[in-house]
Amino acid sequence: MKIRMPKFSLALLTATILLASLSLADDSWKQHVSEADRERTNPVAGQADAIAAGGRLFEDHCAKCHGADALGRRNKPNLRTDEVQNAADGEIFWLLRNGSLRRGMPSWSALPEPSRWQIIAYVKSLGKKE
Amino acid sequence: MKRLLTLWFFTLFLCGGYCSAQEWPYFVTYAHDLEEPGNLEFEAKTTAGTPKYGNTFYGETVEFEYGAKAWWTTELYLSGQHTSNDSTVFNGFRWENRFRPLWREYFINPVLYVEYENVNLADRSFLEITGHQSVSDLRLSNAQGRSETERSLELKLILSSNAKGWNIAENFIAEKDLNEGEPWEFGYAVGVSRPLSMAARARACTFCRENFSAGAELYGGLGDLNGFGLTATSHYFGPTLAFNVPRGPTVTFSPNFGLNDNSMGVVYRFKLSYEIQQITSWFHSGAK
Repeated sequence: MKIRMPKFSLALLTATILLASLSLADDSWKQHVSEADRERTNPVAGQADAIAAGGRLFEDHCAKCHGADALGRRNKPNLRTDEVQNAADGEIFWLLRNGSLRRGMPSWSALPEPSRWQIIAYVKSLGKKE
Repeated sequence: MKRLLTLWFFTLFLCGGYCSAQEWPYFVTYAHDLEEPGNLEFEAKTTAGTPKYGNTFYGETVEFEYGAKAWWTTELYLSGQHTSNDSTVFNGFRWENRFRPLWREYFINPVLYVEYENVNLADRSFLEITGHQSVSDLRLSNAQGRSETERSLELKLILSSNAKGWNIAENFIAEKDLNEGEPWEFGYAVGVSRPLSMAARARACTFCRENFSAGAELYGGLGDLNGFGLTATSHYFGPTLAFNVPRGPTVTFSPNFGLNDNSMGVVYRFKLSYEIQQITSWFHSGAK
């Protein structure tokens, strides 16, 4: 029994790491967003001009990966899922600023903040479709 | 030159709606923004100048920049130059890699840069200034320059911040000639820039402010391990302006002014860049 304990511990540790990895793989970027960032509101939400401008920016910078209809392409995510459409504007803004480099989403911090809010206004205007 | 223009126009035609670029207007300085994964950027950089007591030269560098990962960009450079009253020569190649070690955006964002160079002394690309490079190096004839090829390793620490539309970037350069027992050489580059408009317009436009960004660059040598400092080094400063043609290339121009007697009076720099988005998708069936 004493000999098996380290093996059991090792197996338990491995399982824990695996589960943690799986949960990390499955987790949302939302977990990393601070409360202050989450509470940020989109200053141009719902404004027709901002949505139109956001559409142009989306076409230039986002459509090639996420699709012109934002439904995703190949392994790039659909932006019209519940997860994105129900996300707080501040959460999406955080994602655009930081990206998710591990998963292939670049940081868009080079785009000025007002432009990023315009993109968010546009994405939210598309509504849900899966 | 005619061939170059033909190549540019051919690429413009080929790219059509697939090309776009939105980038800082720097020639020497690197910011922390990497190429988006799967995108290929093509750049043609021209440098023109007349060193005191020397002939006018036109340096041409073609660059292929690929976003391998969101945290890793790799680039290949091919350089050549033409010198008036002399000849046109190929100078060599560079292979560059940039890595983002931190996977979030911070107030200051580091990027690690590693480059292998195989270029001869006739190179006039001005991609960086290190060591004690001076205007006298530019008076070498092409035959003299071609006779010696430098194989060197270049490391950079790139520090960069994006805040309120501004980008501020500082690069610290260390270069080691792998051929000879020469000491490490050092250099620096600093850039500041900002788009002329922070928000996009609702309607598409070509010559509106959102498509322009402006800034300034300062770069130069810092001597070597045996003589670190500003003594016998050259330095340049200049304003820079970039125009992002909607759904087209980015055109960047900058006159760089020499700041001391070791520098050229003025170097004119011109860059044309295209970004081809998700180039690997071209090789998948059904890709648009």
